[in-house]
Amino acid sequence: MRHFIFFPPEASEYARHIDWIYFGLIGISVIIVGLVVVLMVSFGIRYRRGSPAVRGRLPEWVSRDVEIGWTVGTLFAFVFIFWFAAATFITTIGATPNALEIHVVGKQWMWKIEHPNGVREINELHVPVNVPVRLVMISQDVIHSFFLPALRIKQDVLPGRYTSESFTADKTGIYNLFCAEYCGTDHARMGGRIDIMTKPDYQKWLDAQPGAHNLAEKGRQLFVRLGCAGCHFEKGHTRAPDLAGVYGSYVRLANGRTVRADEAYLRDSILQPARDIVAGYQPIMPSFKGTVSEDQIFDLVAFIKSYSGSGEAIK
Amino acid sequence: MTDAVLGDTLPHDVTTFDKGYLGDGHTLRSWLFTTDHKRIAILYAVTITIFFFIGGIAIALVRIELVTPAQDFVTADEYNRLFTLHGIVMVWFFLVPSIPTTFGNFLLPMMIGARDLAFPKLNLFSWYLTIIGGALTIYMLLAGGVDTGWTFYTPYSSIYSNSHVIAAAMAVFVAGFGTIATGVNFITTIHTMRAPGMTWFRLPLFVWAMYTVSVVIVLATPVLAMTLLLMTLERFFGVPIFNPNEGGDPLLFQHLFWFYSHPAVYIMILPAMGVVSEVIPCFARRRLFGYDFMVYALIAISVIGFFVWGHHMFVSGQSAYANLVFSFLSFIVAVPSAIKVFNWTATLYRGQITYESPMLYSFGFVGLFTIGGLTGLFLASIPIDIHATDTYFVIAHFHYVMVGGTVSAFFAALHFWWPKITGRMYPEAWARFAAILMFFGFNFTFFPQFIMGWAGMPRRYGSYPPEFQIYHVLSSAGAAVLAIAYLMPLAYLTWSLRWGRRAPDNPWRATGLEWQTSSPPPTHNFEKLPIVENEPYDYHPRGYVDQEHEAAGTAESPQKGGEQR
Repeated sequence: MRHFIFFPPEASEYARHIDWIYFGLIGISVIIVGLVVVLMVSFGIRYRRGSPAVRGRLPEWVSRDVEIGWTVGTLFAFVFIFWFAAATFITTIGATPNALEIHVVGKQWMWKIEHPNGVREINELHVPVNVPVRLVMISQDVIHSFFLPALRIKQDVLPGRYTSESFTADKTGIYNLFCAEYCGTDHARMGGRIDIMTKPDYQKWLDAQPGAHNLAEKGRQLFVRLGCAGCHFEKGHTRAPDLAGVYGSYVRLANGRTVRADEAYLRDSILQPARDIVAGYQPIMPSFKGTVSEDQIFDLVAFIKSYSGSGEAIK
Repeated sequence: MTDAVLGDTLPHDVTTFDKGYLGDGHTLRSWLFTTDHKRIAILYAVTITIFFFIGGIAIALVRIELVTPAQDFVTADEYNRLFTLHGIVMVWFFLVPSIPTTFGNFLLPMMIGARDLAFPKLNLFSWYLTIIGGALTIYMLLAGGVDTGWTFYTPYSSIYSNSHVIAAAMAVFVAGFGTIATGVNFITTIHTMRAPGMTWFRLPLFVWAMYTVSVVIVLATPVLAMTLLLMTLERFFGVPIFNPNEGGDPLLFQHLFWFYSHPAVYIMILPAMGVVSEVIPCFARRRLFGYDFMVYALIAISVIGFFVWGHHMFVSGQSAYANLVFSFLSFIVAVPSAIKVFNWTATLYRGQITYESPMLYSFGFVGLFTIGGLTGLFLASIPIDIHATDTYFVIAHFHYVMVGGTVSAFFAALHFWWPKITGRMYPEAWARFAAILMFFGFNFTFFPQFIMGWAGMPRRYGSYPPEFQIYHVLSSAGAAVLAIAYLMPLAYLTWSLRWGRRAPDNPWRATGLEWQTSSPPPTHNFEKLPIVENEPYDYHPRGYVDQEHEAAGTAESPQKGGEQR
């Protein structure tokens, strides 16, 4: 009984909003269940066998009108609830500008988390309060799901594809983190906590961690070490396209399509370079599948995202 | 009150197995090679009862483990195998076949005035397929079990799991063809073998439920078979289909799986709706309210039910716009279900209601199904689902529908048609007690799961944070009550086979052709094939025609436009 709870804590404006929808639905449900139960009990008593209540047939039109009445009524009620809930959902679609981007890699059975400055942690997620945070997530093996009950958000984490979830916490504290998609033996232990801290505390915490250096910088070093720079930094860009400012831009492909260079596109281009060839180039880039880990891909992508063309000074 | 309704004029015999179809041979051979739809129904009933208890034992062990937060009763791997076994067995070897293969098989030909199903040998073959599937399941269990969850999500099932995935998938694959064959048989029978005068809109709702469910089975189950086959190909031969490292897509599996498994929810609930639509008019002595609308609702559910599968995938990485469409359709499919609940309730209006055990189970069904359906609206709301999916909220929701709904209706059917099937009455007081115990045991077990689910307790966890313990203890205690409530009918129904009173042909004075033949029915169902001249549920406008109510009826004022018959 020590921890008796009815509701998970609400650590964001969004969580409180969701709880309001939840209460609204409970209210509607109580009315409908109440209506059915009251009708069943009152009919059940009034029309018990042998009671003096009036019996006899109902005219046809009564039952038809009643039928049409509650069909239409129910339809309107349900469409209203749909709209009521979906309206909230629609506001969450789309990118959050200027979000603090944190990378999450799921694997059986742990969460590996990497902050923008390269600080890593396992099964714990430290975030600052009142700052929009966007988690970019991928799995190294099976499907997992990153579930933060206090923020009322959950998103499956897939192998081979980035998914993301965003939140802005407004209450400091330590809350549960669970894996919500069954992933094998220790699924129940694949969890930890989210520590929502004040901004100064978060900064203090970051500074105290070892291994802090810029993610993009790590990515740049890797970029050179893997030999990418040989073609992509070449003057004139005859063998490989220029990566300066490519992130977020629209790229014309050899097959005539145009795609937006988002994280998923960059990741695919590293692992399956032959899939989407940029117009005007030969498919000569080797695949890095098996050569780079998901963590390293995050670093490379972080570098490409930050790269604006001033890095040519590489020998 | 009950005794007045039930006649007991027939003499006590030593055995019940000498009358009607039951007296048609007592050897094992006479059962295993029978093509009589009634005997095949009995074979199915024995089979699914065994599987019900296998699935029940598995979940009993799970509930014991969950009494304490630590993983201390079974290991994590054993826990995963137990809940998977529970899911696979209960879905494919109990719930899906439950009402259609037992009561559907037994009653469908009798309800439409036929001597058997259209394809009696195919019917027996269906049972053998179910048995082969069941045997594979037992093999899988003895070999060490499977740990993927009943949903077999890839790439866990196809690549990572170290358990007997292929045996489990093949078990479901084979049993699925048994179900498909039953569906084809039912559709053909209803189309071609109705008695003279049995028009489509004179069919009892139970027959309509069997018809719609058969169509859903025939259209949906092949997709499951194909999906499991693809998963097996990837696991066994390494054919890359779902594995993203080879260019496959793990979400493809989920789309295919739910394209079957959401309609499968309706495969499980439509027959239950059919049962309740028979029982409530009988004990309310009242024509089913809005018969036509009840038929249209069944059809609407089975059609729209095919287009809502994506609501299982709101957090899977599916497009946000697809989520909106699936959410909207999920609200629409709830409308006909709501209409059915209102119609059952309205059937009670102006009835002459008595509360025999089938009626108590049906009342339980309506209440629990209503809660199950309404919590379905929560889960159809995208932002609510994002928090609640993969938690105990979902577990509670589908158990309210599948157990509170389907299993309650199964027991309603069992008690309603037991006298017809066996020719014996069971002890009514015990049956009522079991019905009430089941209702309360069910709520004790599953209501706490709604609360802990919203509080954030994820499903498929053998160990959990201590703040959830209170709910798990309540739930496990409720499960113990529920277990007793399930064992009781097994005891008193078995007892009744030998010591129960002889059942008259129509103990509930119900309408319906199955009640116009003897109990138990003769091998070919009817001495003389019936001709149908009445509307379904043609109960007397005042419920009864005997003196007592005739007297009560005279006091009433004449109804405008009513009583023209």
